[in-house]
Amino acid sequence: MAEDFRIATGGRIDRERPLRFRFNGMQMQGFAGDTLASALLANGVHLVGRSFKYHRPRGIMTAGAEEPNALLQLERGGGCSDPNMRATVVELVDGLDARSQNHWPSLDLDVGAVNDLLSPLLPAGFYYKTFKWPAAFWKGVYEPRIRAAAGLGTAPTGPDPDRYLHRHAHCDVLVVGAGPAGLDAALAAGRAGRRVILVDERPEFGGGWLDRQDVPAELGGRLAELATLEEVTCLTRTTVTGYYDHGYVVALERVTDHLAGPDPDLPRQRLWRIRAGEVVLATGAIERPIVFVGNDRPGVMLASAARAYLNRYAVRPGTRAVVFTNNDTAYVAALDLAAKGVGIACIVDARANPESARVAAARAAGIRVVANAVVTGTEGRRRITQAAVARLNDEGGLAGHLGEPVACDLLLVSGGWNPNVSLFSQSRGRLRFDEHLQAFVPGEAVQATTSVGACAGDFSGFEGDPAPLRPLWAVPADRQSVRAKAFVDFQNDVTAKDLGLALTEGFRSIEHVKRYTTTGMGTDQGKTSNVNALAIVAEKLAKPVTEVGTTTFRPPYVPLTFGAIVGHSRGALFDVVRRTPMHEIAEARGAVFEDVGTWKRAWYFPKPGEDMHAAVARETAAVRRTAGLLDASTLGKIDVQGKDARTFLNRVYTNAWSKLAPGMCRYGLMLGDDGFVMDDGVTACLDDRHFHMTTTTGGAARVLAWLEDLLQTEWPDLEVYLTSVTEEWAAIAINGPRARDVLAPLVEGCDLAADAFPHMAWRPARIAGVAGRIFRISFTGELAFEVNVPADRGAEVLEALLEAGRPHDAGLYGTEAMHVLRAEKGFIIVGQETDGTVTPLDLGMDWIVARKKGDFIGKRGLEREDLRSADRRQLVGLLTAEPERVLEEGAQLTLTPNPAVPARMVGHVTSAYHSPNLGRSIALALVEGGHGRHGQTLHVPMPDGPSIAALVTKPLFIDPEGSRLHG
Amino acid sequence: MLLIDCPHCGPRAEIEFRCGGEAHIARPVAPEGTTDAEWRDYLYLRRSPKGLHFERWNHIHGCQRWFNLARDTVSDEILAIYPMGSPPPDLGRA
Repeated sequence: MAEDFRIATGGRIDRERPLRFRFNGMQMQGFAGDTLASALLANGVHLVGRSFKYHRPRGIMTAGAEEPNALLQLERGGGCSDPNMRATVVELVDGLDARSQNHWPSLDLDVGAVNDLLSPLLPAGFYYKTFKWPAAFWKGVYEPRIRAAAGLGTAPTGPDPDRYLHRHAHCDVLVVGAGPAGLDAALAAGRAGRRVILVDERPEFGGGWLDRQDVPAELGGRLAELATLEEVTCLTRTTVTGYYDHGYVVALERVTDHLAGPDPDLPRQRLWRIRAGEVVLATGAIERPIVFVGNDRPGVMLASAARAYLNRYAVRPGTRAVVFTNNDTAYVAALDLAAKGVGIACIVDARANPESARVAAARAAGIRVVANAVVTGTEGRRRITQAAVARLNDEGGLAGHLGEPVACDLLLVSGGWNPNVSLFSQSRGRLRFDEHLQAFVPGEAVQATTSVGACAGDFSGFEGDPAPLRPLWAVPADRQSVRAKAFVDFQNDVTAKDLGLALTEGFRSIEHVKRYTTTGMGTDQGKTSNVNALAIVAEKLAKPVTEVGTTTFRPPYVPLTFGAIVGHSRGALFDVVRRTPMHEIAEARGAVFEDVGTWKRAWYFPKPGEDMHAAVARETAAVRRTAGLLDASTLGKIDVQGKDARTFLNRVYTNAWSKLAPGMCRYGLMLGDDGFVMDDGVTACLDDRHFHMTTTTGGAARVLAWLEDLLQTEWPDLEVYLTSVTEEWAAIAINGPRARDVLAPLVEGCDLAADAFPHMAWRPARIAGVAGRIFRISFTGELAFEVNVPADRGAEVLEALLEAGRPHDAGLYGTEAMHVLRAEKGFIIVGQETDGTVTPLDLGMDWIVARKKGDFIGKRGLEREDLRSADRRQLVGLLTAEPERVLEEGAQLTLTPNPAVPARMVGHVTSAYHSPNLGRSIALALVEGGHGRHGQTLHVPMPDGPSIAALVTKPLFIDPEGSRLHG
Repeated sequence: MLLIDCPHCGPRAEIEFRCGGEAHIARPVAPEGTTDAEWRDYLYLRRSPKGLHFERWNHIHGCQRWFNLARDTVSDEILAIYPMGSPPPDLGRA
């Protein structure tokens, strides 16, 4: 196609650099400096998409970020594609491949347009009422159909191949918008030596000046001076998307989207996270559409947009235009268009008696001005062909049509101007309704925010004055047909009638009307619709706009890609991954890992041909038959020092620590002050003022933070110092009847004999030549030692232990086997047997609560009457009637089999495994009054079969006397 | 994201901190002497005012020190930062 609508000279395009692009498969040409929208218009394309709900033909309405209609899908090849891109801000690059959205089979012939005929069935809130019943139809029938019929672009199918970066920046002054007002602000701050960041969403600075017939000469001088100011950073193609607390501003820089073959080292986009001392908003103003029947037809365009296409891009947006306005600014557009050969059929001015220099100039140029009149409707299938004009009476109603409709292929609209207060509002600044402008302007700022230029309601830099104007929101309809639609929100297909319907149905709060009708909830965030919607609601309620209020402006100001939000935090960099010092050894032995918090822990070690079940069975049996080795390095470890360390332990654990001698360890349970179990672990006394505390793997950071909190805020009088040493030590647990035999040959300086080294003792020793500590503690009920050596020596010590274990058939076992082994002994895991509502009494661990010692955290909590109640859920063991049947963790327990719903649930399964050592399934459960139910049979109802019967037992399945512990 | 002036490290972004909830909730000195209702109030009862709020913050990814902070919950303006153990400052407002 040829650029039939390109003007031979002028504009800010580079005619030396023609670019080829495709639209719906058709080859077209534009120039460097074009946007996709200006290039389409140069090629005579106005129809660019179908609307969200009614599939109405839609064109290009604006020339900026506020565009509601011209959303296109940009194909980037290989399943990579950008949906919902605003053609008005997409810079043209060579080879760009754009597709229109939301139509089938084609843009010109769209079957979905039947929705427009069915529109009486699709009023505001239709999905809340029409499709309510039957409920099952919603998921299966209504929703998929509505989703297929309505909508915008399609999501890409492939992963995003691009790189996105985040950049943190600090400045004294952030200036948003580099139009004349923003440039002046940046220069003033820069001259004063302040550190300035100046951002503008467009490819070049100048703002509204660039839309003029003659760009003011001062622009060059200001840009040159900016370049000399060292502390001023200038960012083009950068849109501030969010203005948060305390001067925190997020901006998206499009680094390579405008380049055909970008340097692969460059990120596609860069998200700037800026902390600014103060923020100057110079974000300009957005022209308002007027709501009238057929105001969405391709060829209906904001007057300022037509002017921008004409002057900035040298594109005639049509050949014969009707201009519909209620203020002077559209006259400037009309005069510019007329000067470039666009016929102006007439200017329809709603004002009763418009008189100004602009109006006079239009008349002098021979343009017919029809005063006190409005456009009441348009015609044309894929593009406007005519506009009907009617006179207004004194009350603002229609006083009859003015002759035949006016033939045109372009209708320029200006309903006044809205200062762009989005960011000011995001910064929590209050808005004020300016009666003169009939628009919201910034009121009291909450942060160090200054608005300048048009966004502050100061239009002195404009050619043509947006006020005085005749307030005109919705043109009275000249027909009542259901198909006569006057759009308020173009992107979400919300009409003036929809707003009326919401009010009729009783909605009053503007926030409710917004949500019910979805006004302003599209990707354009209602930039062209919100104020019109408010004013129409106010008019219908016969209230002043100020009483209706405003809806909230929320970030992001424009859509931004998930890629930019995520930045580097994807794939391997999504989260921290912690590996133990022995990770590679486990890996080399074929370990399957599981995530425990941020740790990778060896879960089980399958041998060739083994599944998880077989591997766990083998590992579990080996530990009780001979011995096994477990990497226990992930356990939290806290070094506790200071003269009050012992007092501190007494206060944070339920049991007594006063008499724990150096060389000995003790198991401790930590409660919250509510009396519920929070964490557990073994703490060793190194000397009288020095202890080595361990915590659960997942609780390590939380416990340390909580202990620090207590020390700093509740007990600042205690002299105790806490240091996390989790990653300083590699820990290897050796469990099993031959644990001593495995360890002994490698140990120097320590007698492992039972009488010299009793259970719950620890000793310094050299293990495989490495100085470390040995703890005689057991999480399996077997004879067990835990070796701790400095982390960087862990791997060599484990290798030595594995070598020493070989004659005993003592290999590595994983966390799953560890779980089975501890469950056989009924040892709890905090977070599995407990859920924040479980007391030590519930667990049958009264023995660890030293009620006679002084106060400790949780002591008072446990005194509550209801925590002593006998029917609380208490820990029990479960043995299924069918020994092979392993229960599901989390399964509910009932008193009777296959109960009727709703059934009374008396407990739930917390742990369930197959125990190879018992040759049957075992489970732990929390059951109402469980301690008194031993010997009863409970039932586990299943969704897909009969209930499973299980016998309640003590939570202890193996070696009830505890004799194995001593080897 | 708030900018919080850590008394030990200087102004830092909110993500470096952890909020510890309402300040000046002292753990009773003699818990055993409290009624269930008093203990419940200590454990669970918190104010959620619109406006001035005194709260505890910890510079968890910095010096790990706790401090108190007075914040306007409407504007998020930080009105005062003061040490643990100090009474709330008189800011001349309710």
